[in-house]
Amino acid sequence: MTGVAVTADLDPTDAGALPRRGVWPGLRRRALFWVPVAGIVVLTVLTVAPGWVAGWFGNGDPRVCDLSSSADGPVAGHPFGFDRQGCDVYANVVHGTRASLTVGLTCTLIAFALAVLLGTLAGLRGGLADRVVSRVTDVFLGFPFLLGAIVVLNSFGERSVLSVSLALALFVWPAMARLVRSSVRSVRDAEFVQAARAMGFGTWRVVSRHVLPNAIGPVLAIATITVGQVIVAESTLTFLGLGLRSPAISWGLQLSNAQAQLQNAPHMLLFPSVFLAVTVFCLITLGDVLRDALDPRQR
Amino acid sequence: MTRFLTRRLVELVLVFLGVTFAIYAMVYALPGDPIRALGGDRPLSPAVVNELRDRFHLDEPLWQQYLRYLGGLFQGDLGTDFDGRSVTERMATRWPTTITLALTAWLIEIVVGVGLGILAGLRRGTWIDRSVLTLTIVATSIPVFVLAIVGQLFLGVRWDLLPIAGDSEGWPLAYLLPASVIAVYSLAALARLMRGSLVDVLQADFVRTLDAKGLTRTRVVGVHVMRNSLIPVITFLGMDLGFLLGGTIVVEGIFNLPGVGQLLFGAIRSHEGPTVVGVSTALILLFLVSSLVVDLVNSALDPRIRREEARS
Repeated sequence: MTGVAVTADLDPTDAGALPRRGVWPGLRRRALFWVPVAGIVVLTVLTVAPGWVAGWFGNGDPRVCDLSSSADGPVAGHPFGFDRQGCDVYANVVHGTRASLTVGLTCTLIAFALAVLLGTLAGLRGGLADRVVSRVTDVFLGFPFLLGAIVVLNSFGERSVLSVSLALALFVWPAMARLVRSSVRSVRDAEFVQAARAMGFGTWRVVSRHVLPNAIGPVLAIATITVGQVIVAESTLTFLGLGLRSPAISWGLQLSNAQAQLQNAPHMLLFPSVFLAVTVFCLITLGDVLRDALDPRQR
Repeated sequence: MTRFLTRRLVELVLVFLGVTFAIYAMVYALPGDPIRALGGDRPLSPAVVNELRDRFHLDEPLWQQYLRYLGGLFQGDLGTDFDGRSVTERMATRWPTTITLALTAWLIEIVVGVGLGILAGLRRGTWIDRSVLTLTIVATSIPVFVLAIVGQLFLGVRWDLLPIAGDSEGWPLAYLLPASVIAVYSLAALARLMRGSLVDVLQADFVRTLDAKGLTRTRVVGVHVMRNSLIPVITFLGMDLGFLLGGTIVVEGIFNLPGVGQLLFGAIRSHEGPTVVGVSTALILLFLVSSLVVDLVNSALDPRIRREEARS
């Protein structure tokens, strides 16, 4: 075998492709994988084109309200009934998807980027960087994240999707960073990484082509679950009065209004709750299935 | 043991300083002049403003003010609300309710969570196992406040089984529904942990040895397997007590139970910043102390934890 052939065998794209080969056939056959995927596709459609779906029953505008039908139950054209202001609950619930999903994704992306950066630094370098990152994550993981988010959001003047995402990301990244760190450490000294180093590749290339593709799997699975948890946290904080505020359209706000009308208009409670729970269920289940598939230790 | 203890204490002090400084800096960075806010609509004379700035040490640098605040914390001073009442005093009468609620939730979590976990673990791969696993995912998908309102609607309003607000019915009736609601989320995680741990231990070598020695299945599982599979479960239960305290905020607010959580809930809704910060700080500190106690108890019970800590 010539030297050229050896180099070809160690082609960096191969290092990334290897573990995935075993994952996909296993996932493809699981119903528990396809159910949440279908759910997430539907939710994405609701996020991208809420007006289209909301218009199915002829009353698609969530801001068109008629006080005379305040808190009325379902009638023709208004399948989910009306809320206290006489707005169509169906249109509001459909439009609320965007706020929840956007906060979930934005927050998780910010946290994920931060976690990969700091976690890789800590896992790869060790030493001082590792100690600093580990202590900082300890501080954040030292107390319940709902309480931390309450204190942070309490000091924020304006509340938008971005500010709520940022406040939550502050408490979400440490858990992910810890996972990236341990995952990076587990492949740091693997033979294919040593081989890549021995071939004289720079640190950036070794990390991006060899270390991260092999370390990121479990983190991606946890990130999927995190999107679900962030959506729960956002709706809880909004319900408490610390998250998004009217005139934003969000499930947390709808549920907060519904609680006040519990006795005479339970339909106001039912539909946002079901959408919220189904969304979170899809994300958590998908993350769970991915974790089983991607984490070799759990197989 | 001493090494573990010092390590853990140093960690606690670091976390304590980090958390309190972060909270303080955030409040310090709040926009707006607190003195002018105190005056309301009437403009204050410069002499009064100076006198007030002096009294509240507002002209000192951030770190000096922080040290003052820290000193106050050690004396149990968590600040005052808008009406000048001490936050610590307002919380004092409310602790029993919150602690009763958290402990009731803990009890429900232990009984149901461990029970379901054992059931699923011993019947691994059957429909019982699969339904427990599915149930736990469903349970973690429903936010606590949604579960609380739905529970109120069905068990309280529709079927009239349990009281939906206040604690006039006393323990356990008034606490049953709110405590169950808080317990559900942790309970699901606990059931999964118990099941996983039980399955692991059942495959251990010592279990095969015991079987080979001719011990009855009841004795092997009931005594030897159970004792070993409970170790991670106890760690989890210890950590969870603190998180249950966090869950009381939403639930006490919804069920109108006069606890510390309800104070925080009300303060958030009426935009009483100082009360929000004071109560959250108290809950966070309580959580830090309780997790320290849990760690110490754990390391006393299981020497392997101490040794692992020392090695890392």
